[in-house]
Amino acid sequence: MITNTSNVALTTPATGSESAPSLSRRQSTMTYVHQYGIIVAFFLLCVGLSLSSEYFLTPKNIINVLRQTSINGILAIGMTLVILARGIDLSVGSVLALSGIVAASLATGETPQPAWVAVTAGLGVGLACGLVNGLVISRLSVPPFVATLGMLSVARGLTYIYSEGMPIPDLSQSFLWLGQGRIWQIPVPVLFLAATFIIFWVVLNKTVFGRYIYAVGGNERSARTAGIGTKKVLVAVYGLAGMLAGLGGLILTARTTAGLPQAGQSYELDAIAAVVIGGTSLNGGVGTIRGTLFGALIIGVINNGLDLLGVSSFYQQVVKGCIIVCAVLLDPARRFRD
Amino acid sequence: MKQEPNLAPGHLPDNGPPLLLSADGVTKSFNGVPALRNGVLKLRPGSVHALCGGNGAGKSTFLSILMGILQRDGGDIQVDGREVHFKNPRQALEAGISIITQELSPVKGMTVAENLYLGREPRRLGCFVNHGRLNAIAAELLDRLGFRIQPTSLMSSLSLAEMQLVEIAKALTHDSRILIMDEPTSAIGQHETELLFKAVRQLRSIGAGIIYVTHRMTEIFELADDYTVFRDGAFVESGAIRDIDRRHLIRQIIGRDAASQFRSVAPVTVKREDRPLLETRHYACGSKFGEVNLTLHPGEVVGIYGLLGSGRSEFLQSLFGLEAGVKGELRMNGEAVRVRSPQDAMKQGMALVTEDRKGSGLVLPLSITENIAMSSLDRWSIAGFVNRRQEAQGVQEMVEKFKIRAASVNLPVQYMSGGNQQKVVLGRWLQTRPRLLLLDEPTRGIDEGAKQEIYRFMTEFTSAGGAIIMVSSEVDEVLGMSDRVLVFRRGFPCRESRDGPLTREELVHLAA
Repeated sequence: MITNTSNVALTTPATGSESAPSLSRRQSTMTYVHQYGIIVAFFLLCVGLSLSSEYFLTPKNIINVLRQTSINGILAIGMTLVILARGIDLSVGSVLALSGIVAASLATGETPQPAWVAVTAGLGVGLACGLVNGLVISRLSVPPFVATLGMLSVARGLTYIYSEGMPIPDLSQSFLWLGQGRIWQIPVPVLFLAATFIIFWVVLNKTVFGRYIYAVGGNERSARTAGIGTKKVLVAVYGLAGMLAGLGGLILTARTTAGLPQAGQSYELDAIAAVVIGGTSLNGGVGTIRGTLFGALIIGVINNGLDLLGVSSFYQQVVKGCIIVCAVLLDPARRFRD
Repeated sequence: MKQEPNLAPGHLPDNGPPLLLSADGVTKSFNGVPALRNGVLKLRPGSVHALCGGNGAGKSTFLSILMGILQRDGGDIQVDGREVHFKNPRQALEAGISIITQELSPVKGMTVAENLYLGREPRRLGCFVNHGRLNAIAAELLDRLGFRIQPTSLMSSLSLAEMQLVEIAKALTHDSRILIMDEPTSAIGQHETELLFKAVRQLRSIGAGIIYVTHRMTEIFELADDYTVFRDGAFVESGAIRDIDRRHLIRQIIGRDAASQFRSVAPVTVKREDRPLLETRHYACGSKFGEVNLTLHPGEVVGIYGLLGSGRSEFLQSLFGLEAGVKGELRMNGEAVRVRSPQDAMKQGMALVTEDRKGSGLVLPLSITENIAMSSLDRWSIAGFVNRRQEAQGVQEMVEKFKIRAASVNLPVQYMSGGNQQKVVLGRWLQTRPRLLLLDEPTRGIDEGAKQEIYRFMTEFTSAGGAIIMVSSEVDEVLGMSDRVLVFRRGFPCRESRDGPLTREELVHLAA
């Protein structure tokens, strides 16, 4: 089966346009399954859960799931850029904590800074960490795994140094709004996720920069030969991933009402999981941001559903792990691609 | 045995030795699309049999069936007169058939000897690898073949050509009597090719049968005894090489008379007052290539010939800003310029088609559109947003110009044939409106029809005032396409042959 498909693809185009339509039909079928399989899986999961728990489909629970998904979703969108560019970012959890704690320190005390100052500082810290990652990877040719593993440790350490290991509570009301406010009944974190999704969907699908990310991830040497400034693209990608980690840090801090130095541990793994479930190839150059969104939603729904069904959180981890592997295993496009 | 009505008369007398391999009427379809409609091949012991055909002729499918990678839908295949049905490559290997493909699969972290006998290492006590003996038998094999490669070297330290030789030696370790070689010389130089031919002739002399697949006519006429042509998935003709000429074979392969094979225009006569497009003076790059002093005028094609490792590719790379440590002067239109990156080179109107299409030319998972547009997006965008209409138009122009055949421009280029892939690369660069084309092995691994189209494009490009520097290891191509030839030799300044036509022998001699 595997060889069959690839052979059709290899031989058909060369024999001319007469036999071409069959290929295009195949191709579009595969693309169709690839793009919508994850969405179908998501809705099947929702149907299953709504049959097992009457509470699942209530507006309150749906909003709850979305809110719980928002931080991982935002991190996963940044991670999608990085993985599309054939990299990995293990530092997002730590960067999230560092940004959160810096923002919290500005939004607390007798006379807290206005929220926009804290927000700018938090995003700036995330961006700076990401840019360092990008520069170390592109200019010094350190493998992304190693460079961001280093940043994971450095950023976490800086978080503890900066906070002296203590939580930073008593945040200003305007800052807390980021995590707890609502607009037309929709929690602000969910709106942040929606905005991030739209912005980066446009970036990846409509802009030259987005094209360059796919090209650099698909084949860096070819991209360079084609005249693309591959190093700049990589620096920008890691910078953006860092900034989105910063945004995640702001939201988490506001939701938990305090800057916590230990926040965000192993968040990078959930972000990677969402990207992988969403069908993005770890080999770079192949994947969509919509897939990632549904990947994050699937993780959110599973956590929520297992809670509703009264499954212990220990089992939840086992289930989640199995689903990550199965999602990749069952992805029909994967075989075609490889 | 069946009758073979298609065979040329006088070929394969009935009283000859029994055939090593006989395939007849082999068919194979994929989801109803026939890839092979009638595969026929008769392999005599002690012969080299050229299997010819363009991309999509069904050769790969046929060979995959012989090797047990695919199973046939119908037809007969007999090895030594016995009907066979290989279910996997292992069974084919056990029946004495091995294959050397274009795609190399070395374990790079292991030594040459370990790669040669992977999975069949001589052992001590049944579980420890006997390294002494392993290296000894490997050394003996490499020596017998005349390959100058140390069995203890790491695979990762070898050049591409050397890896190819190891791959060839590896196929020979199986003591196969039927050896399939699929474009074995596409990545190696003249010298290695000669070694390979020597090894092939040696195998032939001990009674092995070799099925040899190549797009290079010269090799077929130098090496092969018999030939078989496939076209559009079906057997067309077979016979003895000595009975036919090049023209006949090309006609059988592409199904029509080949137009004039190389450039048809008269050589350019450069006027003194014409300003050269490119000049290099004392241009050299450390240990990679010696001094190059080249003056190139609009309308000219300069061919570069040299052995592997002579620095011919590195020269093109350096012009395009991909090599560090270049010394000397580079002038474009009479002005001294510095080219430090491909972006700089593109600003000077250069374009580079690399020799490794898949490794440094295309982004395989991306579509035809995305690959062609890649270098022109600055022009085809507004405020960083891709202008889809301009892009589609620009891509369509190239698809039509180069007759790129594909179901859709959204098809990932990894599913295209080599010839069509190369046209995508050319299309990308043509859209940057270059004046100087740097072509590194522009016709490697592509079929005769596509080759002709690329030659035609080169002629058109220079007629319109462009200039081309072309590296090629095909002597005929270099001689047929170039106004002048530069000969590269490792560690020496390059030499230019300006006066009078060169012969094949002179060229090869100069490079060695």
